[in-house]
Amino acid sequence: MSRAQRYAYRWLPALVVFVASIAFWELLVRLFDVQDFLLPAPSDILATLRDDWSELWSAAFFTFREAVAGYVIGCAAGFLAAAAIARYRLLRAAVMPYAIAAGAIPIIAFAPITNNWFGVTGMSSKIAIAAILCFFPMLVNTMKGLTSVPASSLELMRSYAASDLTVFRRVRLPTSLPYVFSGLKVATVLAMIGAIVGDYFGGAPGALGVEIRRWVGIFAFDQAWAGIVLASVLGILFYGTVALVERFALSWHPSVRGAGAE
Amino acid sequence: MAHAASAAPAQPPLLDPKRVRSAAVSVCLFLAVLAVLWALWEGFKAFGEAIDLRLGRFEPNDRTMPHLHEIVGTLFEPSRRNGPLLIDILWDAALFTAKEAAVGFALGAVVGFALGAALAHSGLLQRGFLPYIIASQTIPILAVAPMVVVWVNPRLPPSLKDWGAVAVIAAYLTFFPVTINTMRGLTSVDPRALELMRSYAATNWKVLWKLRVPTALPYIFAALKIAAPASVVGAIIGELPASIQNGLGGAILNFNQYYVTAPERLWATNLIAALLGITFFLLVLVAERLVVRRAPEHVG
Amino acid sequence: MSKPVVSLSGVTKSFEAAGVTALQSIDLDVGPGEFVSLIGPSGCGKSTLLRVVGDLVEPTSGTVVVNGKSARQARRDGDYGIVFQDAVLYDWRTVSKNIGLPLELLGWDKTRRAERVEELLRLVELQGFGGHHPWQLSGGMQQRVAIARALSFSPALLLMDEPFGALDEMTRERLNGELLRIWEASGSTVLFVTHSIAEAVFLSTRVVVMSRRPGRIAAIVDVDLPQPRTADTREEPRFFELVTEVRDRLREGGLDEDSTAPGEGELLVGEETA
Repeated sequence: MSRAQRYAYRWLPALVVFVASIAFWELLVRLFDVQDFLLPAPSDILATLRDDWSELWSAAFFTFREAVAGYVIGCAAGFLAAAAIARYRLLRAAVMPYAIAAGAIPIIAFAPITNNWFGVTGMSSKIAIAAILCFFPMLVNTMKGLTSVPASSLELMRSYAASDLTVFRRVRLPTSLPYVFSGLKVATVLAMIGAIVGDYFGGAPGALGVEIRRWVGIFAFDQAWAGIVLASVLGILFYGTVALVERFALSWHPSVRGAGAE
Repeated sequence: MAHAASAAPAQPPLLDPKRVRSAAVSVCLFLAVLAVLWALWEGFKAFGEAIDLRLGRFEPNDRTMPHLHEIVGTLFEPSRRNGPLLIDILWDAALFTAKEAAVGFALGAVVGFALGAALAHSGLLQRGFLPYIIASQTIPILAVAPMVVVWVNPRLPPSLKDWGAVAVIAAYLTFFPVTINTMRGLTSVDPRALELMRSYAATNWKVLWKLRVPTALPYIFAALKIAAPASVVGAIIGELPASIQNGLGGAILNFNQYYVTAPERLWATNLIAALLGITFFLLVLVAERLVVRRAPEHVG
Repeated sequence: MSKPVVSLSGVTKSFEAAGVTALQSIDLDVGPGEFVSLIGPSGCGKSTLLRVVGDLVEPTSGTVVVNGKSARQARRDGDYGIVFQDAVLYDWRTVSKNIGLPLELLGWDKTRRAERVEELLRLVELQGFGGHHPWQLSGGMQQRVAIARALSFSPALLLMDEPFGALDEMTRERLNGELLRIWEASGSTVLFVTHSIAEAVFLSTRVVVMSRRPGRIAAIVDVDLPQPRTADTREEPRFFELVTEVRDRLREGGLDEDSTAPGEGELLVGEETA
């Protein structure tokens, strides 16, 4: 199969589904005269995006910055904490159940508290929520990755009298990368959700979540939906960027090499 | 030509000293970490108050960091003069939210499984729809929630009218991990096992239920362990735009308003919400232990 | 030979995508009650041949007749049982349920199944282990379960693809003896793929030596050792003669003892050592 054929095979179905869905959506809304509130036509949303672009973009970008800041802090903290903890078996055993349980807590319920701590209108409270949301999945995933090294590999390193640091750099880290990236991808979505939902409990006037709420309140549904679409697109781009980085970092890994694509 | 049967280990007795000791160690570790966390909280608070610590707009005091024992204590006091104890209120709220979350979880799990199974059987469907399924999770569900409520509620029978839409929102957060993991689990079957099934001339349906699904169960349970707390999150945040008072979401909004005068109550509410999430998670964990009987290293 | 259980005529198998011819014009008849081993260098197609007989792989050309029918029909009718190098037991089923799997698929009722499973557990000497799970058994025991499962519906033919390859030498030799006993008791015909010359000679009535890729039949060696064979059989002079003969045939067919990568198919003359 030529390269072009391979790309077509892989992406054509998704493209077809996309085009067909948009067409179907447009038709559905026009034909059944669906309320503006429930679901505007794609053409309307595009028009609104064009008309109110600067307002929409500044709101979306504001929230996106909150999400990314929280993402960076949370993921870095999660990774470092895992690196520190994974070394000591006792510490690991003690912490793991708590880390997993913490992942089961609805962190978002703490948004009002961070608002009270850092002030409702500042970015910090949303950044804090996003960071906490990212921290635990990164912690759990990184720990799993760092401890997934096969015993035989470690024995080999021992036979070379390699120092702990060397073993970490040359064996544990590369082995844990697939898990780490898995956590990084999950965290992108969580960070965005954290930033937007955090706004719901109160946020800066320019933030996307706050704006969407306001627009819904004044029945400006076109703007509200345009804002939602924009938030989604940013989320997808965020996720896609990390996925792309993963592709390069893990080019050696079977799942990326394309073995067994079913 | 009888020979000694080798390598079949007998199950150790339940009160075997080794097992009891390791269980005791786990409990001690658990309590130790709990104690350390409590000490860190109170220690940081005392330290911060003593040196007037400020991190941006944050400063530790009785309002931002109530004493842990006061948080627990406030559960056993009434929240209104002559009203019921806070813990009673929160218990009812938790049950209400749990109902929404459980229904949403069940709905999401079933949909997720069906979707995952469909995608596992058709490469075309996968290539066509998977990107959008992944993208669906980037839609800020909270923003879409009011629309969901308006659309779903009129279509529900009266008994479900209050909270049906919230269950749908909870299902939305639940179905995704189940779909992905079902897909992966169903397609991770050993090719030899498939050949064996072929040699028995087994139909696709038989292969699905006798081979693929059991193989997929560990994966599916891994997803359910993520989905269960997610359904609680979905239920809580779904209550907000639907203006539902009876659940934990409503309680959080309510006590948030009184944060300045009685911060412990919001913290207590969050504590109950946390316990709800953890309970859901533990229930799935127990179910997994019961359903998935495998070689210990193959689970989870 | 009375009506053969397996009859292959001009069977050829090429894998177009890889540009490889695995089997070239195989003609072979296996009579009822025989124990035939297939032996050859890596990549000579012996496993492929086994799968062609089992209708798990379709030949590019040639005919396959199993039990008087097409291979496909034979598979549909459950005329053979197959055992792989990996026991492929289902972790989530007990030993009994694993053995009973084909019977479930055939629609046998519970009591009939339970009786048959008990019989089979006795046959492979695993009585009392029915309630255990696969991971609680040793490798050798797991293979015995796999054999029991393959025989559960009393097929005319047993296909075995290096079933003892993953086991240690001693377990292997012991299981060889067990297999012969089971073979006699069940009366099946066996087609057995192996890498081990000693195993092939010990077990078989005939040893089929295959050449390097593309796999052809280089030679067929009749093994005239008396039955029943025991551990002592391995010490008899005739055993060593036969092992040597098989080894010589392998060398002629192109078995380079150090080669791991299969060659393009030319027989390499002049390779034998003195």
